[in-house]
Amino acid sequence: MHRAEERDLRRCRVAIKIYDHLTRVLIKVMDERPDNAADVFEDLSLEVKRSQLQDRQSTLRPSPEPTAALTLAQQQKGLFSQGAGDEQEEGLVETPLPNLAEQSFFFEQVGVGLGREETQRIFLALKQLVDTHLLQRCRFWGKILGTEANYTVAEVEYRDGAEEEEGEAEETHEDEEKEGEAREKDEEEVVEEVDPLPKSTYKPPPTVPKEPRGSGTNKFTYFACREPGLPWVRLPDVTPAQITVARQIRKLFTGQLDAPVVSYPPFPGNEANYLRAQIARISASTQVSPLGFYHFDEEEGEEEEGGRDNFVENLNFEGISVQEMAESLSAWVHHVQHINKQGRCVWVNLAEKTEEDFEEEAEEEEKEEQPDEPEPEVGPPLLTPLSEDAEINNTPPWSIRLSSHLIPQYAVAYVRSNLWPGAHAYACGRKFENIYIGWGLKFLGEPYTPPVLPQPQQAYPSGPEITEALDPSLEEEQALKAALEEQQAAQEENEGLEAEEEEEEEEDD
Amino acid sequence: MDSDTLHYSLDLVSGNGLTLTTEQRAALQTSLVILKRNYKFNRVLFWGRILGMKSDYYIAQGIGEDEMSDRKCLYSFNCIDWHLLPPATDALIEEVAVATKGCFTGDPSHEYEQTETRRLGEGDEPVEEEVMVKVNEEKRLAVTVFIIDKEVAVVPRGAYMKNPNGTVQTNRSFEGLNPYEAGKLRNYLHFSEPKNLKKKSILEMADLNPSIDFLDPLSEDIPKGSWSLQFEQGSRVCMIRSLLWQGLTFFHMPMTPQHGYIYTGQGLKSLDLPFML
Repeated sequence: MHRAEERDLRRCRVAIKIYDHLTRVLIKVMDERPDNAADVFEDLSLEVKRSQLQDRQSTLRPSPEPTAALTLAQQQKGLFSQGAGDEQEEGLVETPLPNLAEQSFFFEQVGVGLGREETQRIFLALKQLVDTHLLQRCRFWGKILGTEANYTVAEVEYRDGAEEEEGEAEETHEDEEKEGEAREKDEEEVVEEVDPLPKSTYKPPPTVPKEPRGSGTNKFTYFACREPGLPWVRLPDVTPAQITVARQIRKLFTGQLDAPVVSYPPFPGNEANYLRAQIARISASTQVSPLGFYHFDEEEGEEEEGGRDNFVENLNFEGISVQEMAESLSAWVHHVQHINKQGRCVWVNLAEKTEEDFEEEAEEEEKEEQPDEPEPEVGPPLLTPLSEDAEINNTPPWSIRLSSHLIPQYAVAYVRSNLWPGAHAYACGRKFENIYIGWGLKFLGEPYTPPVLPQPQQAYPSGPEITEALDPSLEEEQALKAALEEQQAAQEENEGLEAEEEEEEEEDD
Repeated sequence: MDSDTLHYSLDLVSGNGLTLTTEQRAALQTSLVILKRNYKFNRVLFWGRILGMKSDYYIAQGIGEDEMSDRKCLYSFNCIDWHLLPPATDALIEEVAVATKGCFTGDPSHEYEQTETRRLGEGDEPVEEEVMVKVNEEKRLAVTVFIIDKEVAVVPRGAYMKNPNGTVQTNRSFEGLNPYEAGKLRNYLHFSEPKNLKKKSILEMADLNPSIDFLDPLSEDIPKGSWSLQFEQGSRVCMIRSLLWQGLTFFHMPMTPQHGYIYTGQGLKSLDLPFML
């Protein structure tokens, strides 16, 4: 059998005769006349052979499987369909949709952008977002790159009523989870009282409460999607614990919102929470506006603790000249509150005790001052100019430019962050905008060192049951035994005497 | 990125967020043509942009006969006036590695200084000397461009071939990778002297075609996962981004011979990559 196969193979090879093949190749050379025929001769020969084979296989039907391109195109086709309610609302109501086309034009002038078609798709996706939710304001926040997929992020402010509905749904879900956990704990405690295991005396530091929606780090809500056209996913609110851990780790995004974030210290949450935490940090550091565009509402009375966080657009703002904006950093101000070390914008005193503790301690330490009372953390107040920003490793935190030196009359002023590479802002007259396009990581200036593990804790509290003691020697045991026997003998005599006394008493009666 | 195809390929690589302004694109179109004629290059590539604190450097590369070794780099601030960068020798690379830190400032005459104690003398009496190593930013730029090319320049497999006499040239009958192949990292090769090629076993080398496979594939890079391969715009464009040198973007349109890479970034190697993955 083996030899028969060999003979067949040889016959097939001979069928592609060399004379015919060379003729075909030379005809191809004469038809196409490539520039360096000798160099590409082998490739031409391979192509001729390939074209021979393709003729025989043309009876195959085309593959019916949809490619990834086709699925995405079908999803993105939805972007281009006109909604039903569009015709009624034209021009009547101020739309929360930003004029992304104008903004992308200005950004292109300074060399930042995502390409025209991509920006157009994002514009349409934002319009879809605005149509499906009741929004007060909507803004394209930026794009965060990941290893497998990227995130397009939109910053959104809900109208007053709509927000509460969505918030309630989330809160009830959390409450149910907590009740479930409490029930489980009761059952477990009943079982354990019979033979209690040593309980750990470790008390974790109290968790910092998260800021309520609408203020501080949770002032805006964020939506993210993988590609414009795919559905927008709402990102959860950020907690101060997440911000504190995000400051200590350095991780890239993968592109899946439910991927776990494996790191030390362990990140409390999955990638959606990590994304939200980084968005909060980036917004707090790099969202800037021209000086005077926003000002504090002068009707407010006293300053609240923690600084004012309400600002209003200044309707009398006439715009600063582009030359001035491109030269000095003090013409730009931050308009998002700085996040302090605790992870919140407004500091919370964790040392405030509950009423019960307070009463107990009042009895013990009446007039002692408590030296451990933490000092309130105060960050720079809102609307501080960029010239007050701190440097990292001798790198100035901002780079400032004019967009064009050849035509300065119509140029645009541009500011770029060196701390968060990818954060850009432009200003031209009364118009300005911020954007972030990057990997979502801060510039450290020095190589990253992960935090050190804490010391191992003492495994057990020392007590008499576990303390080692020397075993008694033989003499000591014998002495103890003799002493016990004497005691027992003395006791028996006493009991015997008592019994006799009782009998005598009974007999007397 | 080839200067001839610059105007449409720039749109493809703008996923990073950094593109060129219309003014710069127009300037590049005029100045690169003049550059090609003046220096007698075969092809001129727009290599990319390195961001500095005060101003950015725009880098172009001109290619002579051999695609891999015959390259000259030039830099400019306004895309019109180009200055030649010095070639990067080993001694220069060492000096730059010792002395420089931080971002590029944007001033080519800025000097980086570092005092190093070196031990000279042999035998029982080594003499310690304090040597001041000074490097100016122009040299740092030359070395950075050279290292980026050496470490992360990417080409698709089959786009370049090696002649029997050793010169590397473009393969004129390269028709592009098909969409299945374009999704595999092993079909993309580093465009620099191969390091791992000779360590392969004979069995692996039997599958390779010596005229095309004379470079290292990306899939063998350490750490694994230092490349991000994505398809954008459906499967029309395959983008590969390097995570080691953040800012290097390579694009290839499957089934067409179009490919190219560009670097827009700060010019800093991401040494924390093992923590970030």
